Amino acid sequence: MVPLSWYIILSSVMFSIGVFGFLTRRNLLIIFISIELMLNSVNISFVAFSHYLQSMRGQIMVFFVITVAAAEAAIGLAILIAYYKNNPTIRVDEINLLKG
Amino acid sequence: MLKYTLIPLLPFISFIINILFGRNYIKDKAHWIAVPAVAGSFVLAVSAFFDVLGGHDVNINLYSWIASGDFTVSVGLLIDQLSAIMLIVVTSIGTLIFIYSIGYMHGDGGYYRFFAYLSLFVFSMLMLVMGNNFLVMYFGWEAVGLCSYFLIGFWFHKKSAGDAGKKAFIVNRFGDFGFGLGVILIYLTFGSLEYMQVFDKAGSIAGQTINLLGYDVSLVTLICLLLFCGAVGKSAQIPLHVWLPDAMEGPTPVSALIHAATMVTAGVFMVARCNPLFSMSPVAMNTVAVIGGLTAIFAATIALVQNDIKRVIAYSTVSQLGYMFLALGVGAYSAGIFHLYTHAYFKALLFLGSGSVIHALHHAGHHDEQNMQKMGGLKKHMPITYKVFVLATLSITGIPFFSGFFSKDEILWRAYLGGDLGKFLWFLGALAALLTAFYSWRLIFLTFHGTFRGTHEQEHHIHESPPVITVPLMFLAFGAVFAGYVGVPPIFLKHGDKIGEFLAPVLGHPAGHGTHAEEIFVILVSIAVAVGGWLIAYKMYIKSTELPQKMENRFQWIHKVLFNKYYIDELYSKTLIHPVLKASDKIILGFDTYVIEGIVNGVPNLIGAFSRKFREIQTGMLSNYALVMAIGAVCIVGIWIFLK
Repeated sequence: MVPLSWYIILSSVMFSIGVFGFLTRRNLLIIFISIELMLNSVNISFVAFSHYLQSMRGQIMVFFVITVAAAEAAIGLAILIAYYKNNPTIRVDEINLLKG
Repeated sequence: MLKYTLIPLLPFISFIINILFGRNYIKDKAHWIAVPAVAGSFVLAVSAFFDVLGGHDVNINLYSWIASGDFTVSVGLLIDQLSAIMLIVVTSIGTLIFIYSIGYMHGDGGYYRFFAYLSLFVFSMLMLVMGNNFLVMYFGWEAVGLCSYFLIGFWFHKKSAGDAGKKAFIVNRFGDFGFGLGVILIYLTFGSLEYMQVFDKAGSIAGQTINLLGYDVSLVTLICLLLFCGAVGKSAQIPLHVWLPDAMEGPTPVSALIHAATMVTAGVFMVARCNPLFSMSPVAMNTVAVIGGLTAIFAATIALVQNDIKRVIAYSTVSQLGYMFLALGVGAYSAGIFHLYTHAYFKALLFLGSGSVIHALHHAGHHDEQNMQKMGGLKKHMPITYKVFVLATLSITGIPFFSGFFSKDEILWRAYLGGDLGKFLWFLGALAALLTAFYSWRLIFLTFHGTFRGTHEQEHHIHESPPVITVPLMFLAFGAVFAGYVGVPPIFLKHGDKIGEFLAPVLGHPAGHGTHAEEIFVILVSIAVAVGGWLIAYKMYIKSTELPQKMENRFQWIHKVLFNKYYIDELYSKTLIHPVLKASDKIILGFDTYVIEGIVNGVPNLIGAFSRKFREIQTGMLSNYALVMAIGAVCIVGIWIFLK
């Protein structure tokens, strides 16, 4: 049986990769994927803890997270497309109109 | 009670209506409100006068104005013999001048404004004379000054008029500063500002002294001199007389009402009102008398050579006010008030007459309409104005049995009785009377006799003023001739001095008695100087008209000094105005620019600079925000973990 700590380590690694990607990449699509990566790392730890604690609560949370992630992806992609129609770029360092 | 309240209230209502609705609605019908209001005041004032005559004085508190601890002041009215006479003078002359203004100001763009300010002035003047305590008097005192400022600068688009208004206001500030201190000192001394309480307690401070800059000064003298400061400013006595001649920049009805008949006599009224205090201080009395006597002669000498018709009359006013103070100073309060009363009629008449001349010349297209050297021969064009002018001049020069004769003679007689100083002042007064006669007749001869010194075209267009102007002149002429008959000296008519008897309860009887021979001597001297002045003027301006020019060349420097009013304005400009302006410049440059503006501009500049730096955080770069967010999240979690 795989010990709990392995799941936690996997989850942490995935989350860190997600954060790293989120901070360093300039392509908006990659940033979205990074966000998905972070959300899913959280899902993994939820499921792991759910199994470890013999409780269904964690798995219920996972469904919520998946739902939110789906909605977020839908809205995010919609904004992205709308923006691309006006400004043919998806590089975030070029999307900088909101500066002081 | 309502009757007495309405006396000042009617003009005030007229002011409110005219100032609020005049510009858009009333316009050139302003007199339909103002004239009935002041005429109503006049009727009520006459009724109040008869109440007082019937022994029914009024002293009512209308409402409590200030109540702070022990300090209580009411707005209250006091109508006794003194204020009753003032009421009659103010409202009767006010009514005539309001009517006159209908004609004089006709077609002026500020017609409604003129009547509004004039109404406000009458209200303020009535409050000044009717108040029953010093604070109400002070209110009226300042309010008439304000109205005077408004009306001198009535034609404010003319720079000289605006300057004259400012000058009047600022010069009066010097006097009013003293007056204000005097009122405060009265409160500190007596614990009250009501006339009755103050005058009742006046005896208790005799001999008290107050330490002032290391010197012990008599308290009552100090109070009186401070009050007199105010009178010097308001009544244009030396050394604060400089504003009155310049005040002639205002419309002529204003000169007549404010700067001849009423406001400038407020100082005389105030000293007379405070006679219980003044009588206790010989020093203050002598100061009043000497200032008055000197002003009388000083202003008369300037008037000798002026060419502006209104300025001559203005200096004449200063000189006559000097007479009144001379009377007050020798203890003849009722004589001072008597002269105030007669002077109001003949001086208002002189001003309105000159206004009639100016009005006619202005409409004839004359450009130098106040310069007497450019007039002459107006007698045949303006017969009514000429006649009333002569009557007023006969009165002011003190020709027997015109009203000015009675009052002026009373003053000279009382001065004559006042010891050595009195004799000296009598001499000054008699000399001033000679000068008065001379310059008054000079004015008439230059204006109305001889030949017209303008163009033919202008002469053709000179007409007598309309009845709305001449009828008030005739009423005033009646006053100028007969007003004095309330004060016939006992030497002519036993119990003839009605006004002296009437005022005695307030002002007391003047001290000193002389023989009949002395009195006749004084009267003869008065008559001699009045006739003498006329003869000299006749000789110089009718008989040998080249004589004035000759004299001017002969006594060039005297003429120059007099013509330039003893260079007093220049002196003030050099010693006071210039240094103050210079110092202000320095202050503006140093303190204002660097300190005040430094603070005012520095604060926003600092905030601006700070925010300019601070808003650079908003880069617009999504990844920067994300980084900050991530760091923040890490920090929060870190704190949460490590502080747990």
